[in-house]
Amino acid sequence: MQQLFNFFIKNKTFVLFLLLFSCGLSLTIQSNEYQRSKFINSANQISGSVYGAFHSLSQYFHLKKENEILLKENNRLKTLMFSEEKWRSIDTVLEKKYAIQPSLVYKNSFALPNNYLTLNKGQKDSIKEDYGVITSNGIVGIIDAVSSNYSRVLSILNTNSRVNVKLKKTNYFGILSWDGKSPDVVQLKDIQDLVKLAVGDTIVTSGYSSTFPPNIPVGSILSYALNETEDLYIIEVKLFNDMKNLEHVYIIKNTAINELKALNILDE
Amino acid sequence: MNNTVLNTVLRFIGLVLLQVIICSNINFLGYLNPYIYIIFIFLYPISNNRLLFIFLSFLLGLSVDLFLDSGGVHATASVAIAYVRPLFLKFSFGAAYEYQAIKFSNTTFSQRLIYFISLIVIHHALLFSLVIFDQNEALLIIKQTFYSSIFTLIICLLLTSLFSKKEL
Repeated sequence: MQQLFNFFIKNKTFVLFLLLFSCGLSLTIQSNEYQRSKFINSANQISGSVYGAFHSLSQYFHLKKENEILLKENNRLKTLMFSEEKWRSIDTVLEKKYAIQPSLVYKNSFALPNNYLTLNKGQKDSIKEDYGVITSNGIVGIIDAVSSNYSRVLSILNTNSRVNVKLKKTNYFGILSWDGKSPDVVQLKDIQDLVKLAVGDTIVTSGYSSTFPPNIPVGSILSYALNETEDLYIIEVKLFNDMKNLEHVYIIKNTAINELKALNILDE
Repeated sequence: MNNTVLNTVLRFIGLVLLQVIICSNINFLGYLNPYIYIIFIFLYPISNNRLLFIFLSFLLGLSVDLFLDSGGVHATASVAIAYVRPLFLKFSFGAAYEYQAIKFSNTTFSQRLIYFISLIVIHHALLFSLVIFDQNEALLIIKQTFYSSIFTLIICLLLTSLFSKKEL
């Protein structure tokens, strides 16, 4: 026992190094598993307020561009409102399932294999995990950690991200993931080789998951090829969103999410 | 004495903020960022208390991880170079290090260059192997390490010469 203590005291630097090194490694490995990286995340008071302070400064640089985007969206919504009165859904119960919460992006990254965003809305605005995040152009990601004032979004530019989407024309659905390479292009898998595809076809959300309502635009087909076993397509999808430049986003609150989850548990 | 402690604390906070607010958003050519926070490890006073030094390096990396949502990659890489630092101090500055008498402003440029390059390359190699975490992407890891190291080196040299206290 004495010798053991002596050994530790003699090599205390190495022991501390080993301890902290393995601590860091385990945090890294943990963060590579889906939905596990909640221990160290940027949705906390310290990093949130620091990012907030600098965001209030840097947002002035983007004002002009953001104004244009908002104007364009306003224009689109006005056109919809004036031209199609029957656009409103008859099923008002279904319509009220989703509520929208606008939010600002405090931090965004796109150069790493696993990217996350930090938003300035949290539990106080009744944001919960698994809510979807979109812009006026397309989807951004899914909320995966929430603190009282901030939340973190698992970007679709994250190798752990999986989103259920479908082809707008034919309604065939598949899973959208990212290979970690270009921030403009994501991959759609699990579409059967029987399906007719064309470059430029639109991809939208399927609505099969409780996160996103159906028919939110995602991107268009850039190119497609069969996988090794030649029964499924691997489709390269060009995103409508410019993920490098996000400022205003919308969080989709699914008010029926608990109900759906309860049903799913009953099923199992 | 108090001055050194204050200096260290300020440098710690300043470098973390500089890293997460500015340096991690440069994305030169789409993906290149300098990791300048390791200047803290380069310039930490050479003392006998290596335990505190290693622990501070871990804390430094962890705070960067906290902001950048990167798990524990920066913490791991920082601890590693903090542990091997004495080896490279001896290698780059020679006997002067043994007496704990070196001051960074008194060393020659080439000595500092060797010291910086060796630690930056180790840090970045470890960092990118952990960030990418895929043995099939070895080429990408090497490429990222190489270009980012150059970027970090240039910024580090600029920053250290900008803030060095040289008597005129």
